[in-house]
Amino acid sequence: MKETPLSNCERRFLLRAIEEKKRLDGRQTYDYRNIRISFGTDYGCCIVELGKTRVLGQVSCELVSPKLNRATEGILFFNLELSQMAAPAFEPGRQSDLLVKLNRLMERCLRNSKCIDTESLCVVAGEKVWQIRVDLHLLNHDGNIIDAASIAAIVALCHFRRPDVSVQGDEVTLYTPEERDPVPLSIHHMPICVSFAFFQQGTYLLVDPNEREERVMDGLLVIAMNKHREICTIQSSGGIMLLKDQVLRCSKIAGVKVAEITELILKALENDQKVRKEGGKFGFAESIANQRITAFKMEKAPIDTSDVEEKAEEIIAEAEPPSEVVSTPVLWTPGTAQIGEGVENSWGDLEDSEKEDDEGGGDQAIILDGIKMDTGVEVSDIGSQVYSSNSE
Amino acid sequence: MAGLELLSDQGYRVDGRRAGELRKIQARMGVFAQADGSAYIEQGNTKALAVVYGPHEIRGSRARALPDRALVNCQYSSATFSTGERKRRPHGDRKSCEMGLQLRQTFEAAILTQLHPRSQIDIYVQADGGTYAACVNAATLAVLDAGIPMRDFVCACSAGFVDGTALADLSHVEEAAGGPQLALALLPASGQIALLEMDARLHEDHLERVLEAAAQAARDVHTLLDRVVRQHVREASILLGD
Repeated sequence: MKETPLSNCERRFLLRAIEEKKRLDGRQTYDYRNIRISFGTDYGCCIVELGKTRVLGQVSCELVSPKLNRATEGILFFNLELSQMAAPAFEPGRQSDLLVKLNRLMERCLRNSKCIDTESLCVVAGEKVWQIRVDLHLLNHDGNIIDAASIAAIVALCHFRRPDVSVQGDEVTLYTPEERDPVPLSIHHMPICVSFAFFQQGTYLLVDPNEREERVMDGLLVIAMNKHREICTIQSSGGIMLLKDQVLRCSKIAGVKVAEITELILKALENDQKVRKEGGKFGFAESIANQRITAFKMEKAPIDTSDVEEKAEEIIAEAEPPSEVVSTPVLWTPGTAQIGEGVENSWGDLEDSEKEDDEGGGDQAIILDGIKMDTGVEVSDIGSQVYSSNSE
Repeated sequence: MAGLELLSDQGYRVDGRRAGELRKIQARMGVFAQADGSAYIEQGNTKALAVVYGPHEIRGSRARALPDRALVNCQYSSATFSTGERKRRPHGDRKSCEMGLQLRQTFEAAILTQLHPRSQIDIYVQADGGTYAACVNAATLAVLDAGIPMRDFVCACSAGFVDGTALADLSHVEEAAGGPQLALALLPASGQIALLEMDARLHEDHLERVLEAAAQAARDVHTLLDRVVRQHVREASILLGD
């Protein structure tokens, strides 16, 4: 299904609101939406909710033979899929541009920045290494897929445990989870993407755009950083022209945001670890009871609505009363009536030339006038008369 | 490649350049007769060919035509013999698609698309060694050769960071070493950045220096490309007998 186009008045409304530094959900320009992280029963499975955008991440591992030119390193494979349930516009075969862009960005952010120690994934050099596969599925699209996906990927990787392996001489033993506890991956740092949306040729910028804001933005700048303030990836897209100091300013903002998000992630991981150790209930099934993932709960928007009633009454009191509407219809023939007289045709020249043509045939003129009154011109003029009186 | 010094004590790089020096650039415009515009550029050992067709009527579905602007269509393919191992799929794989998208984004911002509504401009780039910078420079020359109006030259250059020094115009050896790499496309007159892309870890404090090095290198590329264009116009006008 093709995406519903955004109407001009909605676009203007959003842009004017942004110019006045207001966002529709009441956030400030540099605020993120609420981030919630939940874990499944298996290690390596998580759902991240950024406002209403939901991404499911799952990590799995397999023993394979390594690449020829990197015989002592494990393989890391990323795949992001835009599920058809995320938005009506996502259909198999129709999403290629966005999909390529998101996948390449995820790959560069996580693989090129070497967040995982791939040398530790080697079992037998040149023969057997671990291949770690991260699958991300977008479940609901409400803007800013990149940030949610990067958080889901790094959380899933931190949460994952791979089976333990021991090598003695030529013998390799792979232990099942029952024999020996599975081992976590060795992660150097946690890169997190922060998106900046630019409006009006770079004059205004917003952090974490939601879906409406993404539709009216000029372009997007994504900066991936870790909590040590190292930049892992920068990517500008959408054809905006940036200036060097804008980029530097965004990187400073990103540093602050990433520190907050990393703290949240570490706390969530710690909580889950504690629950599992104490033998409490964990996993997605728990979410049914406390209405988290399986329910669609709308949060209260942080907008102050306490004095709206007084303001509305003030406005009504000060406004002028609406003007009288002429409502006595004149009946021409059964089925044809006229209300009001209609305004003068603003296409003055056109009427003059028409009148010149009509002067030729007298009978014709009368009939034409009659037709004019029945259809076309009069009806639309009636419409404008009614509407104009209502809007006064 | 352990033990390969990317920057020696005296400040020389692997190929003998200083930190801010560019590789040798040679370019020619008007290489193909059939295309509206074409250009060939060599940056060190990296070679790129770009061809422009347009503005012409929209091919395929008329519904894609934009009522107020031209549609810019970019495709990138790399030669199968360009990398160390022979590449099996030169078209359609993710890297080629991504490069095509980035080129399109860069040129949509630079070409004055409002002058050609309801038409399409095609840019095809074939590169040997696939760096973004050479492709953008080749495409700029090809668009100029085709006579399509642009806001300004689009000049691109890559930059890296080794041992506290920012390096301009990375060669294959320096890229493969795995340090931070930045690719920047700049409109030199206004200093606006059309595309910015960075990989691998770089501390935030060093970002400004690397950006500045890349911007300076892009301005140097602009001087070179400007000279090539003027030379080409001079040759063309001599042939026409003016």
